[in-house]
Parts: sequence; structure tokens; C-alpha cells
Amino acid sequence: MTDPSSPVITAVDVHMSFGDNVVLDGLELTVEQGSVFALLGPNGAGKTTMVRILATLLEADHGTIRVAGHDVVREADAVRAAIGVTGQFSAIDDLLTGRENLALMADLHHLPRVPSRARVDQLLERFELADAANRIAMTYSGGMRRRLDLAMTLIGAPQVIFLDEPTTGLDPRSRRTVWEIVESLVGDGTTVFLTTQYLEEADRLADRVAILDQGRLVAEGSAQELKRRIPGGRIDLHFADTDAQLVAADALGMPVPDHDSPSLQIPTDGNVATLRRALRDLDEARVDVVDLAIHTPDLDDVFFALTGRDARAAEWRTGEELYR
Amino acid sequence: MTSTYALRDSTTMLRRDLRHLQRYPGLSLFPILTPVILLLVFVYVFGGTLGDGITIGGGRGAYVDFLTPGMLVLTVVGAAQITAISVAKDMTEGIIARFKTMRIWRPAVLAGHVFSSLILTLISLAVTIAVALLIGYHSAAGPLRWLAAVGVLVLLAVALIWLSVALGLVAKSVETASNLPMFLILLPFLSSAFVPVASMPAGLRWFAENQPFTPITNAVRSLFADQHVGSAGVKAIVWCLAITAASYLWASYLYNRRPVR
Repeated sequence: MTDPSSPVITAVDVHMSFGDNVVLDGLELTVEQGSVFALLGPNGAGKTTMVRILATLLEADHGTIRVAGHDVVREADAVRAAIGVTGQFSAIDDLLTGRENLALMADLHHLPRVPSRARVDQLLERFELADAANRIAMTYSGGMRRRLDLAMTLIGAPQVIFLDEPTTGLDPRSRRTVWEIVESLVGDGTTVFLTTQYLEEADRLADRVAILDQGRLVAEGSAQELKRRIPGGRIDLHFADTDAQLVAADALGMPVPDHDSPSLQIPTDGNVATLRRALRDLDEARVDVVDLAIHTPDLDDVFFALTGRDARAAEWRTGEELYR
Repeated sequence: MTSTYALRDSTTMLRRDLRHLQRYPGLSLFPILTPVILLLVFVYVFGGTLGDGITIGGGRGAYVDFLTPGMLVLTVVGAAQITAISVAKDMTEGIIARFKTMRIWRPAVLAGHVFSSLILTLISLAVTIAVALLIGYHSAAGPLRWLAAVGVLVLLAVALIWLSVALGLVAKSVETASNLPMFLILLPFLSSAFVPVASMPAGLRWFAENQPFTPITNAVRSLFADQHVGSAGVKAIVWCLAITAASYLWASYLYNRRPVR
């Protein structure tokens, strides 16, 4: 059993190469029990490789890794008993019905038959699959497959859940459903380790976010902490014409920017006083503001500031496979 | 230890694989119907002529008796081919990785395939024997010899199923997996299954006499005909055990190897 105050995942000095290709280069990470940890990274950063190592699917070249109190190599079976894994590609049996897929998992978890049938029904209900329970999974939509996949991961009530890009390829509604499921898991005290290509997803779900670049963590902290570490917050003001822009610049004591659009950008760390003072100054100068927008830094900005590459433009690792 | 779950997990996997065969009749009916069709074609199209070559004036009746044991050997080969396809299909899908992240008895996945294929083989054999009896096959053997003949066929089935498991694991795709065991289908045709090897040209005859399917077919044929089995019996058993052992080791190596990426 793990001590609630101790980390549930620890990885020390993890190295992994495939031939000449160094994928993980001295990675270190710690995940507290009951938290959601998000691993973010661009194409080839090694996120999926790390999940496969933590989930006992792959053995690292070097490093000490413990999950749920056990060494992933020497005590792999004990680790397996404590984890659940949902990969980027569905790990369901197409020729079995939804119910049979869950019953298969219950049998492989060696659960007693009678209570396990009740648990299957309960999961079908919770994941909105009750109506489709007796149809073979081949006929399921993408969102249904992902929900079934998650339900199969949960049937053994794992202590730690690994989700590798859990919402990749899902429509917005299904994505929201998956998010709600992840949030409800945390309420149960489960630890969630997820990788994602959606920075918004990490921002919304994760207590701690780690950014992986070229096999190393380049930053780690809460989404808020990471955002504070970089500049990028600003108030965008738009005016009717350049005359108004000139008056406003004068009132705010700012240089007039040389771009064509009649707008100004006031740097801010997001506090209300700055905004209030700006609006008061503009009022006194009798300048009409046509449009106002507050831009707070998001994880895209964080990623750009830390790696020098634009996350939105970067080719994210969508072809990466957990299961190979 | 996960080995305490060996029986339970293997049974779970067997149930899963049997359900696959039931839900995918295109795959499971093929090895049941093909030998029946071949049996009918060989007996009614070629049998009248071929039978005369086996016993002078023997005709179709002589050929049914000669061919049936050979066709049973071919039935075993056909059923084993399905194993390669279902194993390869499993390996290309995500669910196998899910199994590998669970605390189960690892070989259970392969055990499920082996036992479901064995059940499919036994069904195919029963259907082929039933049709052969209907069209005039006569066996002089008593129950013990029948049991021994079926025993040799089961040994062959276990050997070829394990070989197919390995071929299914080595194949990178389901398409490759369905093509790889093709050479196995050819081997019975180049043995004593359809015609006596004495009728073949020298080089081919040498090959036929020294490949496993000739002693295996001869052993099954002699047992069903209640004749002296001779050295074919020992050779058949040794071939089957050798193929089983080599294929089992190959399959285990492939199944447990470290992923390359």
C-alpha cells in the first residue's frame, strides 16, 4: 500500500533510445497521489514512450521508476495490478459487444462473477453505453469507443490511470464527456497521468503540467505557475481611427506604434488596477474605445517561451502510437 | 505469481477466441467447408481414374478409401492457417497491449488461440469424416485404432497450430499472415496424401518420401485401414513433436521480444 503523503509515481534519470534515436535523456518526474499530471510535448518529445515505460510495456535503458510503490521492472506484476491504461488507439475487442468487453476485463481482473456483473452494468450506465451494451463494438462511433475503452480501464478500480492523448480525434462533445470522466476520477482519489496535444486540456484538467522537449522536462508546475513565468499578458485596445489612437497613446503615455491598425497594446500581468487606470485615463481624454480584449498568457505562450518553438505551428505528435 | 491464474486466464481467452470464430463465420467456415469440397471434387471428378491406379479396377471406391486419410491431414493444415490470421489480427490491435498491462498469466493470450484452433480443427475433422463415410469411405479399424489415428491428427494439429502462432506473430500484417502458411497447404499435395509416392518422378519422389506429411499420412492411413503401421508411426510422432517444440520456442521468443519502437 502506498502512503498517501508519498508520491505515487517517481522516475529518476530515465534514459531511452531506439537505435541512434535518443527519446528520453535523463527524465525525472514525481506525481503525487490523487493528482492529475499532464505531460505535454511536441512531435518526438517522448511522451508516449514514457507512458509505455510507466505502464510496463517497455523497459527503459536506464533509470529507476516506481509506480504505486513498486519497481516497474522487478515488480512489474504488482505495478500492473495497480494501474489502468488507455492508449491513443482503441484497445477494445471489435468482435465483442460492449458488455462482453467489460466482462472480459472483469474476468481478467479475476473479480468474483456476481459483483463484477453489477459493476459492468454500473459502468455501462455511467459511460452512457447502456443502450448499446449488446451491440458489437465494431458498430460504435469514435466517442463511444473511447468511452468503452475508458470504462474497460476503470473496471479493476486502478490506483493510477495512464491516458495517452485521451481526446485525440474526438468531437468537442465527446471530448467534454471524457474531461468530465477524468474530473470525476480525481474525486475518487485516483491518480491520473495524461499526455495530450491539446494545451487547453492540460490547463483544464491537470494539477501539475510538465513540458517535455527533446527527452527532458523543460518546465514543471501548475498551469498558473507556468503562466506566471512568462510575459505575454496584455490589453488590446481598438479605436475608430488613427486620430483617436494618437490621443489615446498620449493619454496613456505610450509611444505610438508604427503599425497601420488604430490599436494599442498595454502590457499587463492581468491585475484589475492596470485595466481600471487605463480606462480612466482614456475617459478623461474623451477617447472612444471600439473594442477591448484582455489576453492572458496560455500554455501556448508558455511552450513558445520555453522551447523557442510555436506549439500551434509545431507538428504535434499525432502519429505516435502507444501500442506497437 | 500470475501462474496461479494460468487456467482461469486461458479459459477466459479461449471463450473470447471461440466467440470470435462464432462472430466471424467467414473465417471459421472456410476450414470446415474447403476439405469437404475438395473431397467431393477429388472423389467424383478424379476418383474414377485415380482409383484404378491405386488398385487395378478399384475405381472410385478404392480412391475414397485411399484419399480420406490424406484429406484429413489437409483438413488439419487448413484449420491451422486460420490461427495465423487470428493471431496476427490480435497483435495489430490495441487490445493486446491492454492485456500486457494487466496482471494476467501472459501466455494465456496464445493458449486461447491454440485451444480455440484445436476445437475448430476437431469440428472440421468430424465434418470431413462424416462426409467421407456418407460417400462410401470404409474403415476396417476398431475403436482403439480410430483413437490412435485421431491422436496422430491431433498431434499434427498441435504442431501446425503452434507453427501458425509463430507465423502470425512474425507477420507484420494480417494479409502477410494469411499468405505465410500457404506453403503448408502445398506440402500434402507433394506427399502420399493424394497419390502413392511411387507414381512420382525420382526427384519429387525423394522429396515426398523425406518430408513430414508422407509418414504422417501413411501412419493415419494404416491405422484407419487396420494395417501394420511400421516406421511411419515413429517418424510421424517425431516430426510432430519436433515441429511443436521448435514452433513453441519460436512463438514464445516472438511474443516476449522487446518492441523495436
